[in-house]
Amino acid sequence: MADSTFPNPAVPIAGGAHGALDVTPPDVRKHSVLEILHSWITTVDHKKLGILYMLYGIFFLLVAGAEAIAIRIQLAVPNNHFLSPQVYNRFFTMHGTTMVFLVGMTMIFGFANYLVPLMIGARDMAFPRLNAFSFWVTAFGGLLLYYSFLGGSGLYGVGNAPDVGWFAYAPLTARAFSPGHATDYWAIALIVSGFGTVGTAINVVATALCMRCKGMTLMRMPLFVWLFVVVSGLTLVTITPLTAAQIMLLVDRYLGGHFFDTQAGGSAVAWMHFFWIFGHPEVYVLVLPAFAIANEVIPVFSRKAIFGYAAMVAASVGIAFVSLGVWAHHMFTVGMTSASNAFFTLSTMLVGIPTGIKIFNWLATMWGGRIRFATPMLFLTAFVFQFLLSGLTGIMLAVAPWNWQLHNSYFVIAHFHYVLVGAIVTAIFGGIYYWFPKATGRMLNERLGKWHFWLFTIGFHITFDVMHIPGLLGMPRSIYTYEADRGWGTLNMIVSIGGVIQGIAVLIFAYNMIVSLRSGEKAGNDPWDAWTLEWATSSPPPDYNFATDPVVSSRRPLWDLKHPEDPDWKYEA
Amino acid sequence: MPWQWLWKTRNAIFAAALLAFCCGIVFAQGPQAATPSIFTPASTPATEINNLSYFVLEITGGIFLVVGGLLVYVIIRYRARDTDDNREPAQIYGSNQVELAWTVIPVLIVVVLFLTTARMIFAIQDAPKPKAALDVTTVAHQFWWEYRYPALGVVAANELHVPLSNTQDPKPTYMKLLSADVDHSYWVPQLSGKVDLIPNHPNELWIDPMRAGLYVGQCAQFCGAQHAKMLLRVYVDTPDQFAAWVKNQQQDGVQDPSVAAGRRVFETQACMNCHAVRGTAATGRFGPDLTHLMSRDTLASGILHNNKENLRQWIKNPDSFKPGSLMPAMQLSDDQLDQLTAYLSTLK
Repeated sequence: MADSTFPNPAVPIAGGAHGALDVTPPDVRKHSVLEILHSWITTVDHKKLGILYMLYGIFFLLVAGAEAIAIRIQLAVPNNHFLSPQVYNRFFTMHGTTMVFLVGMTMIFGFANYLVPLMIGARDMAFPRLNAFSFWVTAFGGLLLYYSFLGGSGLYGVGNAPDVGWFAYAPLTARAFSPGHATDYWAIALIVSGFGTVGTAINVVATALCMRCKGMTLMRMPLFVWLFVVVSGLTLVTITPLTAAQIMLLVDRYLGGHFFDTQAGGSAVAWMHFFWIFGHPEVYVLVLPAFAIANEVIPVFSRKAIFGYAAMVAASVGIAFVSLGVWAHHMFTVGMTSASNAFFTLSTMLVGIPTGIKIFNWLATMWGGRIRFATPMLFLTAFVFQFLLSGLTGIMLAVAPWNWQLHNSYFVIAHFHYVLVGAIVTAIFGGIYYWFPKATGRMLNERLGKWHFWLFTIGFHITFDVMHIPGLLGMPRSIYTYEADRGWGTLNMIVSIGGVIQGIAVLIFAYNMIVSLRSGEKAGNDPWDAWTLEWATSSPPPDYNFATDPVVSSRRPLWDLKHPEDPDWKYEA
Repeated sequence: MPWQWLWKTRNAIFAAALLAFCCGIVFAQGPQAATPSIFTPASTPATEINNLSYFVLEITGGIFLVVGGLLVYVIIRYRARDTDDNREPAQIYGSNQVELAWTVIPVLIVVVLFLTTARMIFAIQDAPKPKAALDVTTVAHQFWWEYRYPALGVVAANELHVPLSNTQDPKPTYMKLLSADVDHSYWVPQLSGKVDLIPNHPNELWIDPMRAGLYVGQCAQFCGAQHAKMLLRVYVDTPDQFAAWVKNQQQDGVQDPSVAAGRRVFETQACMNCHAVRGTAATGRFGPDLTHLMSRDTLASGILHNNKENLRQWIKNPDSFKPGSLMPAMQLSDDQLDQLTAYLSTLK
């Protein structure tokens, strides 16, 4: 259905200059469950690892989503007793930590793993075994974090989980204030999954720099790959201070160190610097992959080449660079000098310039196109809109004096959920609808996809548009309940209702994936009539991706193939 | 197919109606009397921030209308139609002039925003302290507030009293912010922005309140189990009210022989290890100073009305109101509870 509605019936692509024809006979032997399990556990294939990353991320998305729903039930009415304060504090800590490290990071590296080698015409990542190691270490880190619910009992003798916030400000993490082992599980789990993340980041950079097919110069790489090179570089720079800080925290807790232990003369502010010099670039580590997806989906569904390729590359590198110098805008209220506050106001506002360039270039790509609003494009259109809004609330937060009011209020919670859900999760959903046919050979159901999109987007706006308001009315974050006379009750009820609607949408999505995997419409090689190399091979691709190495002469090799009379390489500088 | 378009339109209308409904509820309800909205400032830093925020809202609102409008236009104007032919649209790879334009315009906006913001940062943060200013040392604890007025010899807890100021003869309050344990943050939105209270890292905050009344807020930095119930109450008193309040606070605790039994309970149980009552042997500083307990409107950092019944229940089992609070239930007998409550109720 999807491909028949396109202006150009998909051009069959097999053999020819690109040598994508799969010549091995299909493997029809029936495998036992044990064999299948063995093949997934021992695999070093970037595609299988990519799918494992995605499944892992989706699993924890459901877990963290359930935690969010519990949080929203607790906050729906004032003075609620649904969760005890201790349980609430664990849930919001685990929700944040899970979403950032176990959902965000794993899903973006799922995309990177699956698509970077295919897009550059390679047969695998540069270091396949490091790749498998990275996945399993990351996975182990996640399990370790959740094991704290059982094993974090420490002195209390009951189940326990980290309850210090995902930012874990010192000295609340000192043993005096956080007895037991929950905080240790938190620190060690992040160190362990950080190793995996660093391994993958090295792998992605090495793959993109060394494994590109013939003809693919750096400036012919798909923007998707460019973005992941930038993301991986940023990851390498930012995971390091986080790991260092976690080790210092453990030294404080068990070896008598005094880095952050204020009772022994340590510095609480030092922890904040360490954490945010990781934490802010981390936001860009997560959002640049959303840009990467947008850079592929928006052109294909607008039927136009990306507008201003070189500017997009420059803007991506620029965002990454500037993002390393903005961390203390999380610290406008800790009592920095006025000059520091002014500096970080300026550096934060500067991020708006390359970000603005990106939004304008996406609009210019859509301008004059013939935009097909299939489910992937619906999600990516919502992404552009929601990212615009989150950028504007970001400018408000960069204004240091206003930040003194907004900081740590629900306005901030609404702002960063606008980025993380409205931009990143929305783009990831779009990306899954776009590449699911490639990975499985079957289309996701469009009708369920539209239900997913509309319910999710409506739920999102009910929740996160409204959530800004209690922040403006003085509601701080991290509170397990609030007074009835503050005027926040109705607003919080609306926010909670929107949360439930989003939850239903995500369940529809999970159902759609299961149903479509079994009985979805067959996808064919190139269901979206797209232009990058992953669509030149079969769906799903064979283990070796391409039977013969592709050769490209422009940024859109499949466009050249489909339009020999008007190829891209004639126009690209 | 037309029905598909209709279906989409129906969804869009539904979404718009729902959003309008939500906004309707929000504005029909409006902020209530006790709502600590940042848009109803009553003190100088908060007022200046409020004015700045309107300026920033105008600029960002303008950007939203232009860029959002373009997006809507593009979606409607350039969506694929069933009547389209099979040709691909014209491929445009970029334009240096256009891209330069939409780089320079944001740069100009940033320059304007930054200069306005920087001026405000310096004006608020580096404001010279007038001689007439009142000094208060605020110490945050898990999960309550200690206020010390060094020049007046007053120690209070959880309810801050400050004098009303005016533009002719400013009487601002300058707070030194300390923490006894973990990070906290001082946020009374109608008076000023928040400043964190961090151990080993003294901070400063000033307010210059121009309207008398009670202003509420609460701790804005997660500080442990009862972060949510660490409420702030700031009373901006007229000069007469303030003088009367100070005069009372400077007295020692009331000594009423009719409640001697209760005082004995206070001094023989663990109470005095943590609490102080000036004029008695109780000098603890871990919990709030109780010398003038009954002069306060609330108990337990703003969460309970201060009356005998609540006070008795609070002493009996603090966890029933604030699970995780650091005040232990002392397992007192009913008689002891009655005597203790009677004694504390005399501490006006």
